[in-house]
Amino acid sequence: MIDKLLLVALALFSISIALSLYRVIRGPSMPDRAIALDTIGVNLLSSIAIVSIVLKTKAYLEAILILGILAFIGTIAFSKYIERGVIVERKSND
Amino acid sequence: MMILTNSVVILFITIGVIFIVVTAIGLVRLPDLYTRAHAASKSATLGVMCILIGVFLHFWLIEDHFNPRILLGILFLFITGPVGGHIMTRSSYIAGVKPWKGTVRDDLGPEIERMKKEQGIQ
Repeated sequence: MIDKLLLVALALFSISIALSLYRVIRGPSMPDRAIALDTIGVNLLSSIAIVSIVLKTKAYLEAILILGILAFIGTIAFSKYIERGVIVERKSND
Repeated sequence: MMILTNSVVILFITIGVIFIVVTAIGLVRLPDLYTRAHAASKSATLGVMCILIGVFLHFWLIEDHFNPRILLGILFLFITGPVGGHIMTRSSYIAGVKPWKGTVRDDLGPEIERMKKEQGIQ
């Protein structure tokens, strides 16, 4: 019962990644693509969690936390680039 | 007992999958950037939190392995998901992305004009 449900969940994750990929390709502005990529990262994170139940292993559970941190840092870097044009600012002494 | 824990895990995972699919449909169908960011930040965060709670309960109750990393992941996603959506929409407003044409109120526009005038930035 639960095995079939997990496989259905993985199929729905792939469908939702495909829909987000449509927004990444088609999106009219740059922040649209960044938000859709953030959603794809969230989908990958939850599919890693499901895969670790399917394979009955505990080895993948660190990857969940690491992928969450990387998606957040990527979103912050993209938004700073869109707002100001630079990511790491320098202090000007004039 | 086994049937009860299995049904709790199945309930949480089903709710999470439904919310994630709703997020993807919202990303495709909503009209402008701000409504899409609304869909992406809120419902994706709730869906992933439900799925991680289901996985945590599965490993704890069935395989008897208490894993605090999943709890840390839930806490981190709960803090950073809405913050990421907020910062992305604010920077795209400052960069000049227009709202949908049926928008009736724009409170942030005059505020940003006033801030620019006070700081002397053009």
